[in-house]
Amino acid sequence: MNYEGICKEVLESCGLSIGDVILITKKDVKYKGMVLNRAEGADDKHMVLKLENGYNIGVDITDAQLELIKKGEKPKIELPPLDVEKNPEKMDISIISTGGTVASIIDYKTGAVHPAFTADDLLRANPELVEQANIRGKAILNILSENMKPDYWSKSARSVADEINNGADGVVIAHGTDTMHYTSAALSFILDTPVPVIITGAQRSSDRPSSDAYLNLMSSVTAAKSDIAEVLVCMHATMNDSYSHLHRGTKVRKMHTSRRDTFRSINTEPLAQILNGHLEILDKTAEYNRRNEGEVALNDNLEENVAFIKSYPGIKAEIIDYHIDQGFKGLVLEGTGLGHCPEELIPTIHRARDEGIPVVMTSQCLYGRVNMNVYSTGRKLVEAGVISALDMLPETAYVKLVWVLGQTNDLPEVKRIMQTNLKGEIRQKTSQKYFLI
Amino acid sequence: MDYEKLGLKMGLEVHQQLNTDKKLFSPCECELTDKKPDNKLIRNLRPTQSELGQIDRAAFEESRRKLQFIYESYDHHTCLVEADEEPPHPLNLEALEISLIIASLLNMNVVDEFHTMRKQVIDGSNTGGFQRTGLVATDGYLETDYGRVIMENLCLEEDAARIIGMKKGKAIFRLDRLGIPLVEITTDPSIKHPQQVKEVAYQIGQILRSTKVKRGLGTIRQDLNISISKGARVEIKGVQDLDLMPKMVENEVKRQINLLEIKEELEKRDAKVYDEIIDVSEVFGDSTSKIISGALREKGVVLAIKLGGFVGLIGREIQPGRRFGTELAGYARKMGVSGIFHSDELPAYGITPEEVEVLSKFLKIKEGEAFILVADHQEKARNALLEVQRRAKTATYQVPEETRKAMEDGNTEYLRPLPTASRMYVETDIPTTPISRKHLEEIKSHLPELPDEKKNRIIAEYGLSEDLALQLVKNDKSDEFEELRAGYKIDPVIIASTLAYTIKELKREGIEVNTLDLKVLGDTFSLLEEDRIPAASIPAILRSIALNRYSAREAAFKEGLEKLSPEDVEKIIDNIITSNTSLIKERGMTAMGSLMGMAMGKLKGKADGKLVNKLIKDKLIKLVD
Repeated sequence: MNYEGICKEVLESCGLSIGDVILITKKDVKYKGMVLNRAEGADDKHMVLKLENGYNIGVDITDAQLELIKKGEKPKIELPPLDVEKNPEKMDISIISTGGTVASIIDYKTGAVHPAFTADDLLRANPELVEQANIRGKAILNILSENMKPDYWSKSARSVADEINNGADGVVIAHGTDTMHYTSAALSFILDTPVPVIITGAQRSSDRPSSDAYLNLMSSVTAAKSDIAEVLVCMHATMNDSYSHLHRGTKVRKMHTSRRDTFRSINTEPLAQILNGHLEILDKTAEYNRRNEGEVALNDNLEENVAFIKSYPGIKAEIIDYHIDQGFKGLVLEGTGLGHCPEELIPTIHRARDEGIPVVMTSQCLYGRVNMNVYSTGRKLVEAGVISALDMLPETAYVKLVWVLGQTNDLPEVKRIMQTNLKGEIRQKTSQKYFLI
Repeated sequence: MDYEKLGLKMGLEVHQQLNTDKKLFSPCECELTDKKPDNKLIRNLRPTQSELGQIDRAAFEESRRKLQFIYESYDHHTCLVEADEEPPHPLNLEALEISLIIASLLNMNVVDEFHTMRKQVIDGSNTGGFQRTGLVATDGYLETDYGRVIMENLCLEEDAARIIGMKKGKAIFRLDRLGIPLVEITTDPSIKHPQQVKEVAYQIGQILRSTKVKRGLGTIRQDLNISISKGARVEIKGVQDLDLMPKMVENEVKRQINLLEIKEELEKRDAKVYDEIIDVSEVFGDSTSKIISGALREKGVVLAIKLGGFVGLIGREIQPGRRFGTELAGYARKMGVSGIFHSDELPAYGITPEEVEVLSKFLKIKEGEAFILVADHQEKARNALLEVQRRAKTATYQVPEETRKAMEDGNTEYLRPLPTASRMYVETDIPTTPISRKHLEEIKSHLPELPDEKKNRIIAEYGLSEDLALQLVKNDKSDEFEELRAGYKIDPVIIASTLAYTIKELKREGIEVNTLDLKVLGDTFSLLEEDRIPAASIPAILRSIALNRYSAREAAFKEGLEKLSPEDVEKIIDNIITSNTSLIKERGMTAMGSLMGMAMGKLKGKADGKLVNKLIKDKLIKLVD
């Protein structure tokens, strides 16, 4: 029960609990219905009642009498287990859930939405999956993606490695969309995978008939069966439910708060498109690792004390000083334009270098390449030891620095690895095609 | 008919669009548009899991095939909320306020806290796959001549997207209507007389019209629930005309009584619907029936079923002009065929007596057995006959519960089975809205006047005719009338008829009347108040203002409609008299009429008739004397 204050007192004193059918009598009106939980943070004098016609209402119980009609049973959904035989002709695909829900079951009696992430649940919600592959399902985390952290990247990477070691021909990870592109970059650096690792999610929750989860999941399984042995993000390509795009895990970003086609490849094209279970490579110039029989390799030494700071007019040097004082081991700046920050920050950036803290410069333009040789401020930043992130996305540069500092804290070595393309995060050439696509 | 004895029970459901600035959960305007859509969205809807239970691949595919939709959207007229690409904006409080006023006028109890729900609708009319709706008030009442009727529920909800057409089997919807606020008012099923249902509908309509609701075609929709004690509950959708309601009820009761009698007769005859569907195409080698020969030419078939004990009953009339066979045909048509032939009506429609005879032999028709034919493509014809069999079987034991469509002649036709209980769960994207009792008290102390009350008050207060007062109230002009009446001391009838008729007539002439606002009307009336124009010139002045964007004074001047000063009038009259001295000499005082006619012709409404009359009379008297 999540009631507080007055409601809690009244419920307890009447011996009532969630799920009970009760009669509430007020001066002019009576309501009969089932007591439901109340949303967190709402006031404590309204009780939520589900009436027989299905509507919920809030009833102010400060001037009401409550009477039990029927004790409720704790509602639970128990569906019989599915008996899907493994088909040796088909590939084995594992679906790992980190939170959010790829599938939901609605209990219309109470209006409760139950998350579903066992393999059986997935298959019940998406029976078409049975035809595509032998599906294994596993929930490893149950968090909102804004609560992701480097420790969970490790945990996810280890689960992926376990699935591959246990024979999975491809892995799909269901992930909240907010920080999906951080996780995709992290797994790219942590894992060397012989099979596809596909991250997907939904912009419309799976309890709605209009959810994008279904197409995203179906396309992800198609991608997981392909021969692209990399970490990739698979989401809606457009606002239509017709085809999906497959993005490199290090070159993708959430670009819209709510649209289905929010994920976009930046400074590159989407690697492939998936239409009706068919995958077509879009970026013909792209090279990628092919599916192979090799072992999965995992390197999850990470340095969590890396800060990610946006430059802006009026930023104070104290912000940088604070991070140095607090013992941060690396800084990623999201600079303006070609990779700049106010000149008055330069002394404190010198200080960072003197204390062995690498400072990486990215651009808040997102599109294009950092180049600190064009203007004097940039040249001074280079002098102060700032490392250019080249055409890396700021988020990718942050994740990469977390990983690189897990390998070494030798400044020249940090710089060398940061500027070496490991997982498709850096491209030498910028095509004129790569803008706002 | 003795409705009480029949156990007639009726309930009414009224849907009314509100006239708010913005939609219920979106910042878009609440207007429909005929402009070419800027974008098209292709979407699928999937029923949520609980509806399916187990994996039935074929059934699932089938349901999915029907669940692809095309949505027409606009760059500016609609936004991402309608497209289901952005979460809903907070509840439109103007809409909630209007619904609270309506609830209060219906004597209802308003809930303490409003919760928005999602009601699953997967026919494509909502991009999200659900309609947002919330319960505002319960348990009110209206008094009628036949007793009190309980107003069970009032809900505030989103209107659906409107269907535009079909393309390759996919429904096309337009997003302009999606999200316009609606109130849904439901009475309990306690209405017992056909006249009472009309009265309730009228009263609800009056109450709605006294508040800020939309007017015109498609902005209000009425559904009627009817049952008699031995019959079944039937929901009639889209009853437009209140006057037709009693007839519709009567016809529905007749239909149910006749269906019950048919049921009894079928029981007596021990009727049986045979499951077999027989291909009888070979009987119609070279048929003169257009439908049959057409179907066969298109590589279709003629299929038949046999109904034991139905003979004579299929042709029986159950509503004026509609037979039991029409009911069966309604079910068949839902499967896409154009109709059926039944043995009670044959030979006819180009099917010859010989063909009927051969067919009866072919089908081995025994006494009391009827048959039904459908000519179309194999699959369609078969599905249609399966539906006919299903309906015929039901006829042997009950009146089926149905949703039916209201027709213009007061009859109804089969639409679909009654919907099952709605599937609802809470809309988590919208916070709940408490409705304070203090706010409700304020609303209750400022309730609007109902149209009838207003009309009667206007008649009593300003001495207007019944018709003029009715026009003002009906066209929402009564507030403007009262405001103008308070500002200008002129005959209220002139103000009222200007508002009720003159502007309407100008509009009918195709003149843009938007410029004729309160200020312009006031300026025009002040000319009349100052006696600078005659009352009869008001339409001409307003026309000129609307056409030329003049001010009232400019219009009166430019159109030459200003009254002349008494001196000028006198000069003109003097002229007329001087040039007519011979006439005056000849006819004396009887020349008055001719002179008056000449003067008024010359002055063309620029002078008051009374003044002209007085001047001519005075001068004539002097001359004649």
